Amino acid sequence: MEAGLTFALPLLLAPLMLGLINRTKALMAGRTGQPLLQTYHDLFKLLRKGAAYSRTTTWVFRAGPTVGLAAVLVASALVPLGGVPAAFAFPGDLILFAYLLGLMRFFTVLAALDTGSSFEGMGASREVTFSALAEPTLLLGFAAIARQTGSLSLSPMYAGLGSDAWRHAGPALALLAGALLIVFLAENARIPIDDPTTHLELTMIHEVMVLDHSGPELAFILYSSALKLWLLGSLLVGIVVPVRSGIVWIDTLAMLAGLFALAVVTGIVESSMARWRLLRVPQLLVGASALSALALALILR
Amino acid sequence: MLLVLLAVLLLLASGCAALLTQRSFRASAGCAVGAAVLAAVLGVIPSLRVLCGAAPQSLHLPWSVPYGAFFVEVDALSAFFLVPIFILSGLAAVYGAEYLGSYRETRSLGPAWFFFNLLVASMVLVVIARNAVLFLVAWEVMALASFFLVTFEDEKESVRDAGWVYLVATHLGTAFLLVLFIVLGSTGGSLDFDQFRVAPSQTGLLFVLALVGFGAKAGFMPLHVWLPEAHPAAPSHVSAVMSGVMIKTGIYGLVRMLTFLATPAAPPPAWWGWMLCAVGLTSGIFGVVFALAQHDLKRLLAYHSVENIGIIALGLGVGVLGLSTGMPTLAALGFAGGLLHVLNHALFKGLLFLGAGAVGHAAGTREIDHLGGLLQRMPWTGLTFLIGAVAISGLPPLNGFVSELLIYLGAFHGLTSAAAATAVPVLCVVAGLALIGGLAAACFTKAFGIVFLGEPRSDHAAQAHEPGLAMRLPMLLLAASCVLIGLLSPLAVGALAPVLANVTGLSPDVVRTHVAQAGGVLSFVTAGGVGLVGLIAALAGVRSWLLSGRRVTTTLTWDCGYAQPTTRMQYSASSFAHPLTELFSVLLQTRRRGVAPAGLFPHAASLATETPDVCSERLYGPVFTTIGRGLGRLRWLQHGRVHFYVLYIALTLLVLLIWKLG
Repeated sequence: MEAGLTFALPLLLAPLMLGLINRTKALMAGRTGQPLLQTYHDLFKLLRKGAAYSRTTTWVFRAGPTVGLAAVLVASALVPLGGVPAAFAFPGDLILFAYLLGLMRFFTVLAALDTGSSFEGMGASREVTFSALAEPTLLLGFAAIARQTGSLSLSPMYAGLGSDAWRHAGPALALLAGALLIVFLAENARIPIDDPTTHLELTMIHEVMVLDHSGPELAFILYSSALKLWLLGSLLVGIVVPVRSGIVWIDTLAMLAGLFALAVVTGIVESSMARWRLLRVPQLLVGASALSALALALILR
Repeated sequence: MLLVLLAVLLLLASGCAALLTQRSFRASAGCAVGAAVLAAVLGVIPSLRVLCGAAPQSLHLPWSVPYGAFFVEVDALSAFFLVPIFILSGLAAVYGAEYLGSYRETRSLGPAWFFFNLLVASMVLVVIARNAVLFLVAWEVMALASFFLVTFEDEKESVRDAGWVYLVATHLGTAFLLVLFIVLGSTGGSLDFDQFRVAPSQTGLLFVLALVGFGAKAGFMPLHVWLPEAHPAAPSHVSAVMSGVMIKTGIYGLVRMLTFLATPAAPPPAWWGWMLCAVGLTSGIFGVVFALAQHDLKRLLAYHSVENIGIIALGLGVGVLGLSTGMPTLAALGFAGGLLHVLNHALFKGLLFLGAGAVGHAAGTREIDHLGGLLQRMPWTGLTFLIGAVAISGLPPLNGFVSELLIYLGAFHGLTSAAAATAVPVLCVVAGLALIGGLAAACFTKAFGIVFLGEPRSDHAAQAHEPGLAMRLPMLLLAASCVLIGLLSPLAVGALAPVLANVTGLSPDVVRTHVAQAGGVLSFVTAGGVGLVGLIAALAGVRSWLLSGRRVTTTLTWDCGYAQPTTRMQYSASSFAHPLTELFSVLLQTRRRGVAPAGLFPHAASLATETPDVCSERLYGPVFTTIGRGLGRLRWLQHGRVHFYVLYIALTLLVLLIWKLG
């Protein structure tokens, strides 16, 4: 029951997060903005369409979105919703989670290179650079939580991050939340690392990689990015929201509120900041690793 | 035991036969390849039997060499290394039969086959030898056989240079091994492995000697300088064997020495673990960073061997830390991960080198920036190379992920339950593995993406063609084994139980419990992998169902309205890796030459980059130049007058006599 809940909620609600972000940005800019459910409409519209392929591409281009969606679906079975355990939990599932996202990225990048377009090559190149730098931050963050809770599996790790943990290791968890926020923004192609709305290919990362996809495959990509946003978001919110009442619906509601608040925060960040120069992004990501390492040092002490 | 010796004899005999029949290409290749495959079958059977729990077998024959004995044994550790040696060399020989065919007009191939089979036989002997003299003889034969294989195309100057670098590096390593074995044997008075007695005061020295001596063969940074020279110079099936299994004999030697130096009664000191972790991190991170900057496909793969040897060292380091702190879980997981990575790396690196050979064979160049679009022209090579690329990047559901997961698990276990002093090195292992994983994925998206995807960047690449069955079949089998080990990982780890008991010195029951626990975790990974494959199939079905009956058009890649794109405008390997190589530019010291575009209507511009190995440039280059200059001062001794030489001999004899009698 609980397991089914943590698996089904992202599948149903993940696209809503994107709607919330866009709505927040519109309100901040003084516009009415698109409906909250716009992403669902986009998904259904794309699923009903045909497709156009470049002559250059091979089966790798067609496999990219499919492998990416499959990987992120398996990953979503591993991520708990705060104190509510995930569908599957075993020691080491955190590594499988991180590497499934890696598999998704690997095939997205290959699909981009398959078009032979310089723009997409450029996006692919930036994507692998930034994700290689973000990877240690994520795993060091997991290591800190594992040391704090004495567990090697995401569900018990997050179950142990209640208010007690905050009392004992508050500063460390705050640093960790900061580091994971940067990973969240970087991995989901948000400002200040990437700009999801620009149409200038030269400055984009994720959007430019999927420039040549169309129809149902674009729907797969849109849906998998929404899921990824939800999953990394719930890893962050699971630290920040220490509600571990043991009653499933209370914990779930607290986490949902946290996630939607995260979407609003992301919208505010995007409205109030400009995208950083690409040369400065590595500094930000290395800084995030330093935050993680510092958190771990505080916990090890 | 007898079957393994029979396999060795068969390899030696067929090598000689190949040499005798070298006038006929078919006869000599047939002899050598047939024997290599037959030897693989003969040798794998007893090895698997030992791994499944059969008692180790040994054979001790007297030998007239002082301190020598023909003492061989197949125990679990040897058997574990024998399996990849036999399998990979059998498959590489089949591949070589077609690969070498393109040289049949220009040169005699008998020696190539003779040295190939000699190399395989000597690797087998190295792994089963239980006497130091026999071990060193096999070690030396292995080095020389591979030297002659590396210098196969000896009319090229770069190949001769690579051969020299390899010959010097391997002998420097052997010098350390000589000292190691003399010290080991001097206490017990015998050079048989089972007679070694280690004085407690010497263990630290012996460990360092073993780390340097075997590390030179394995390719630990900074002893790796020969790898990026020798692997690209050798024919591809030889590179596959050298990178896949020959450098692993260095790991074998190190692990075998650990069984003498560290016992449960006298656990290793923690600094051994720290040192292995440090060596692993340096090799792993520097290896992959240098790989990113390479333009030659085989040189790139050679640097990845350094990286993967680093990952293996990280696993061994975690295992040694577990032994020294008395944490059997840490020890079992670390050694299991490191050793399984030995097997996995043999499979996927062998596969990738064979793939690189097929690319070079078909397109006539290994320059990544001149290739492109090969997946459409070589679908099977492309598919198997992709599988190898996913596996070496450590991504699920393939085998590379399984061994890295075990090392991660060990490190995380140490982090959660050990004191802070042990937690620090395992923490570095976690961060290092994460960084290596990310950079390796970057490097292999580059290697596969630029070589196989997009449009061909040269006419050679456009005219490439799929190789024949003899080259395709070994690649397909290796790719299949990468998938199988990835999906059946609990079985693979189960087979490691006797090896782990052998290496860690823990009781078989303790080891079996830990292996069963790891197997439990891995069964979840298997479930995840099967789920992933199932979902991919299901989603692919959904996709084609959605698209059936709808308008699917083919068109140009979106070019922003530019009407005249050329294939050379594609992102190249250098530009793809540029952000990362720029980040590590202090380390890489890339040399750039070229003309930058200037003016409002720029004319032809060019850029050439070259990233030589920083260790050979900054460390070994100056050292060897200084030594050479110093020795040059003694050149007056060599003047070509024979009567003075005779005088030298007489004087030496006289000094020796006085020393002996006095």
